[in-house]
Formats: sequence, C-alpha cells, structure tokens
Amino acid sequence: MQNTDTHRNKGLPRTRLLKDKAARWLVIAFSVLTISPIILIIYKLIVKGIGQISFDFVTQTTPDTFEAMTAVASGERIPGGIANGIAGTVLMVVLASVIAIPIGIITGIYLYENQGKKRADFVRNISDILQGVPSIVLGLIAYLWVVKHITQGFSALAGSAALAIMMLPMMVRSTEETFKMIPVSLKEAALALGVPYYRVILQVMIPTGFSGIMTGILLAVSRVIGETAPLMLTALGSTLVNWDVTRPTSAIPLLIWEFYNDPNMVGLIWSSSLLLMGLVLIFNLLSKWIASNRT
Amino acid sequence: MFKKINSDKVTKIVLVSVASVIILVAGGMVFSLVGGAIPAFQKFGIGFIFSGTWDPTAGRESYGAMPFIAGTVITSVLALLIALPLSFSTSLFLGEYYRNKPVAKILGTMVDLLAGIPSIVYGLWGFYVLRPVLVDMGLPNQGFGVFTASLILAIMIIPYATSLSNEIIAMVPSDLKEAAYSLGATRLEVITNVTLPAARSGIFAGYILAFGRALGETMAVTMLIGNSNLIPKGLFSTGNSMASLIANQFGEAEGLKLSSLIAIGLILFVLTGIINGIGKMIIKRMG
Amino acid sequence: MNENILQITDPVLSLHDLTVAYDTNKAVKNVSVGFRKNSVTAIMGPSGCGKSTLLRAINRMHELYENITTTGQIILNGTDITQMPTIQVRRRMGMVFQRPNPFPTMSIYDNVIAGYKLNGIRLKKGEKDDIVEKSLTDVTLWDEVKDSLFKRGTFLSGGQQQRLCIARALAFSPEIILLDEPTSALDPIATSKIEDLLVHLKENYTIILVTHNMAQAARISDYSLFMYLGDLVEYDKTKKMFTNPRDRRTEEYLTGKFG
Repeated sequence: MQNTDTHRNKGLPRTRLLKDKAARWLVIAFSVLTISPIILIIYKLIVKGIGQISFDFVTQTTPDTFEAMTAVASGERIPGGIANGIAGTVLMVVLASVIAIPIGIITGIYLYENQGKKRADFVRNISDILQGVPSIVLGLIAYLWVVKHITQGFSALAGSAALAIMMLPMMVRSTEETFKMIPVSLKEAALALGVPYYRVILQVMIPTGFSGIMTGILLAVSRVIGETAPLMLTALGSTLVNWDVTRPTSAIPLLIWEFYNDPNMVGLIWSSSLLLMGLVLIFNLLSKWIASNRT
Repeated sequence: MFKKINSDKVTKIVLVSVASVIILVAGGMVFSLVGGAIPAFQKFGIGFIFSGTWDPTAGRESYGAMPFIAGTVITSVLALLIALPLSFSTSLFLGEYYRNKPVAKILGTMVDLLAGIPSIVYGLWGFYVLRPVLVDMGLPNQGFGVFTASLILAIMIIPYATSLSNEIIAMVPSDLKEAAYSLGATRLEVITNVTLPAARSGIFAGYILAFGRALGETMAVTMLIGNSNLIPKGLFSTGNSMASLIANQFGEAEGLKLSSLIAIGLILFVLTGIINGIGKMIIKRMG
Repeated sequence: MNENILQITDPVLSLHDLTVAYDTNKAVKNVSVGFRKNSVTAIMGPSGCGKSTLLRAINRMHELYENITTTGQIILNGTDITQMPTIQVRRRMGMVFQRPNPFPTMSIYDNVIAGYKLNGIRLKKGEKDDIVEKSLTDVTLWDEVKDSLFKRGTFLSGGQQQRLCIARALAFSPEIILLDEPTSALDPIATSKIEDLLVHLKENYTIILVTHNMAQAARISDYSLFMYLGDLVEYDKTKKMFTNPRDRRTEEYLTGKFG
C-alpha cells in the first residue's frame, strides 16, 4: 500500500500530502496508545505476581489476616494460597455451564429451525437484550431468586445462577450462527435417509457443528470466569474450600476483592490476578485455536 | 392427508419449550426488579428518580437515585469521549490502513485481549498504577473521582467500539474507494469522503453499544470513583455510579434500603436496555 | 388429459394430480404420470419449471418446510405413500443431491451405512461389512477405497464423493433412486462415470433424475419428462421425444430456443 500511496501522491499540492501523512501517523500513534494498557497491565501482573505463584499457592486456602500481618511484618512471603477461590470458581463455572449450555444450544437450534418466524425473532431479541444486562443486575436477580427463596442465604447455587444467565445468550447466538453455516444439503441428506429429525440434530448437525459450539462454550466460560460483581451479591465468599452448592463459596475474583480491601493481604492481589488472567487467556486462546482449525 | 411422524412433532415441542425458558427468565427478571422496587417507589414516589439524597440513617431514611444516575451517565459519556479518538484510530488501522496485513492481526489480537481483562484487574491497575500517576499530575481527592473512573472505563470499552467499527470499515466496497483514488484523492481524503460516510451508521452503532457496556461496568468504577453519594460537581469530584452503589451498599441492606437498591438496579436495567436497543436497531437498519 | 403423456402399464411409481405450492404460488401443477420399473427417467425443463420441486415431492421432502403445501397421490407399488409416515417413505427411496454431501464427521464406511447408523438400526459387524462392500462395489468405488474405508470421506474427489453418496442411498436397497442434477457439480470424466453407473443400476432399481443437460438425458434415459412453468408438458420414450417432440414447447426447448 505504501508504494501505491506515493505513486498516487505524485504531483499533488503539498498541504494535502502533509495532511495525509500526518493522519496516518496520528492513526498509528493512537493505535499504539490504545494497546499500551494491555502491555502495561500484563507486565505489572507478571512482575509483581509471579513471585507468589507456587504449588502451595494453588493448593492452600487463604491465610487469615493475622497470619498475613505477621508475615508482612517480618518481611516474609504471605503463607497460604487461593485454593478456596479456585475451587469455588470451578464449582460455579461448571454448574453454570451445565445449566446454560444445554438450554442455550437447544434454543439456538430452535432459532435456526425457525428463521424469519415472528416468535423466533422475539426469542432472539430477548436473548440479545439479556446479553446487554449489566452483570450486577444479574447478581441482583440471582439474589432475589436464589439467595432469598431457594437457598435462604448466600450460596454457590446463586452465584452459578447469575453466571448461567450471563452465559445463556452467548450460547444461543453461537449455536445459531454455527448451525447456519452447516450446508442445508447435509441435513436434507440425512432426512432423505428417513432419519427422524431429533436424530439428525444429535448425530449429524451437532457433530458437524462441534467446533463452532465448542468455541462458543470456551468464549462464554472465559467471560464469566473473571466476573466479580454478581458473585458479591450471591456467593459472598468463604475461607474454606466448599463443594456444597447451598453454602457461600469463594471465587478467584472475590478473593482478589477481599485481598484488595484488607491491608494485610494486599500483597496477594497480583499473583491472584495473574492466575485469573492466565485462566481467561487459556480459554480465549483455546477457542481461537479451535475456531481456526475448523476448516 | 399427509401424515407427520410423531417424533418430529415431539422434537418441535421440545425446541419451543426450551426456547421459552429464556423468555421466562427475562420476564421473571422484569417482574422481580419491579416487584422489589415497588416499596421504594411507594414511599418516595416518582421523585425517587430525581431525588439527590441518599441517607440511610435509621429513623430518617431517604433515598434517591439522581446522584448515581448522574455518576453513571457522566462517567460513561466521558469514557466514550476519551475512547472515541483512540478506538476510531484503531478501527482505521485495522480496517483500512493495514487491513489483512500481519501487523493488523497482532494489533487485533491485542485489542481482543483488552476485552478479556476482568473488570477487577482493570480496577487494581487503575488503583495502583494509574492513580498515583494522576495524583502526581495534580488530581485532587487522592486521584479518586469521575475522571479517573472514566479513564479506565474508556480503556475497557475501546475493544467493543473497535470491533464493530473495524468490520464495517473493512466492508466498504473497494470499487467505491478505487473510484476516488483514480480521481487523485489521497488516503485521508478517500477515508473522509468515501469510507466514513459509507460506514457512518455502523461506527455510530458501535459507539452506542460501547456506551451501553460502560453504563453497566461495576468493579473498575467502584474502585476508582471515590464512592461518595452525592451528585458529582466537577470533573474531578468523587461520586458513585448505579452499579458501584449496588456493589458497595448491598452487604447488609434490607427493607427500604434494599428496595431502593433494587429500584436503582431497575433504572440501570432500563437505561442499558434502551441504549442497547437503539444500537441494535441501527445495526438492523443497515441491513 | 394431456395426450402428450405416455401411459405406462403397471408403473412401479405413479403420481396422481400432484400439485406443489409455495404459499400461493404453484410450482408443480396437477402432474399425473407413471414410471416404469427398472428404467431411467429424466426430468427436464428450463430453470424454474418445477423439475426439482417435482422430484422432491416424491420422497416428501417438502414437508420439512411449512410454507409448502402438496396435494395429490403418490402410489408406490400399489400403496399410497402419502398416507405413510415420511420416515418409512424415505427409507424406500434413495436421494442424491446436486453437490456431493458425504457426512463430514463420518468415515467412508460409516457414510455408506449412515442410513442404518442414524436410524439406530443395529447390525452385526459381518452384516455391515457386507452392505458396505456390496454398495461400494455397485457404484464401482470399492477398489478405489477399500484400503481407506475408515478415513473421512472428504478427501475423495468430487466424482468419488458423489458415488459414495449414491452408495449411501443404495445401502437401504431402496426401490426408487431420486437424483437431483447429480453431475452438474462434477467434471466431464466423473460425469461420464456416474452416467455409466446409472445405466448399470437400472437393472435393479428405478432411477428418476432431474437434469438440465439435454445431452445427458439423451444419453442415458429411457423415458423423458418435460416440464414447463409447473406443467407436465410431454412425457414419452426418450428416443421418440427427442426425434419427434409432439408439443411445440418441447421442440423449442430441445432445439435450444430457451434454456
């Protein structure tokens, strides 16, 4: 492009050329400025956080504030780890996935099967609206529905509910898009063999669209892993590793918030964030890799 | 006349039923929010929305949404203004200047990465890295306030504004651009006279959707806005957004206070719904 | 009654007053015709004449789409198949589509027996092997793929893939094989292989194919059916129709006045 630009620019008035050059440099400068935060943030996380990461860090639960205080006072590394947060995140994300993925996929198939129909358009619009709802409002809802009425108290179930509602629209959209890309003749070939429609879905369409659906799942997971706000209103947090969905649970972002608010534990925020970012990145990259292998 | 097999009918019923779940969820949400907010509206009337007091003192509780609506809107608008030149340039970089080049792929991936950073991590970075820099530059209130929050918010919404715009820009038909080039136009002139007018509504829609995202952001804003429950007076005053208020005050809330918080959640829900709806409508219109 | 329609005695398949409408627009109008057993019939006509619509009405594919209504009778070996569950109907007929479409997530072996597999019909390994070998042999693909039966079908050439699709249709031992422009996406060599195959297959099956290629119809079909704007204009033995078309429209089509 550079060559064609200069070729075309021969013999033009100087101001226009200067403006053009200036514009290009401005665009480049601003673009670099735009991505600088990501570089700075990741740099900060690695530099300040890598030191704390260890096997203990992921297997032990959080220290209490006095342990932390004494460690900091004597210049030692704060003991303990974020195992309770990791367990809680795993528990709630898995539970949310179990709820949202089947419902999302089936709804996506419904939309695919009913293109252009009014009722399907309505469902799609509702899904899009749901996608735009702030996560804190979803936390509010999960509080009203689950904490208040189902588990009578903060719980992992409530947290999962909020996360599930977040994941649902994403699954619906990615499933519909995936199915739309499958050639119609494949579906028809299966039907022409006298196969009932539900079998066509399960044995032909879903396997053929598998990578697309998988991409959707991984992206949805990477999105909810880092959510803090809805969990503050639902899962609350816990110092123990908890697998009981009716009790309060910790989560990695919740722990980060707790550390941030406790002057003694502040040293732990960078390593926890590094771990969290690492998880988000893994899922993100996985989904990109699957998407590119699709052909 | 023509018989249909039963299992296909059952499949259809299953599909419709499951699809209805999402409708029930959305409907239930509205129902719960409205139901939970009613006590607050009953007590304070519609004036709740415009009232500037937030006083939880027992005995003379009085709540109002205005400080937080103001906080939300001001930070989001400011964030959009800050993000605009940056995201715009990035869209041009990706969709026009370096389209399909390897450097665009790298930049594009990094912008995607920006979108993946959890809100709380942005908050931490804003608190520990950005804020001291701003304090050094003279910001009051220890660097907390509307400006700082807007700055972080801007960084957070850039990927959303960029991704839609850059696709639209890349979709402008090349023969339109080539016609302009063949008349001797410079790159800049083609962009301003051909590409942008063609991509205008798409770019606009992208910014509206980014604005919608900014309205609902919680953690980063909570950590940087200063958490005072007054209408922000100036660019560098502290304040609170609807989302950050709910996050902060939810802990032991009950009764009237809880209802007021739910009412604020409802207002936030409606506001983001409207903004996102407008953005989607613009996209639909573009076909 | 159109006298330009040949009456077949003892047809294996016959259509009676078949009409197919997209919403209110009739794509196939009151078609009545009989097909002789173990013959090749070509359905021809200009674009939009309704030939594919007619073909797909036979195995009731239109019932997948709510805005399409079909009326009339379809009698297969004495039974009115419009009264049967579609799943049964479709297992008695095989369909081959314009673009070869082997199932991408299945091996060649599994593609051939896909009809059984997808329907949950369990066969012993020996039975499956036999069906696979027979079907692939019938389409002259066996020697070419017998050493790579468990690879995905997508690495085969277009012509091989299409023969695989025909093998898939044959695996159910259908009575009728319906083909919708089966060679239009293939190169000339692959096309001629498939044409030879169809002529060979008619010994055991009844073949109905839609083609936009008149020369193909002339080469391989015993009977030809000419459609125009939804009407069945003429139906006769191919040789007769091509040398002495009775309807003016048929003659114009065959001499290339419209395409």
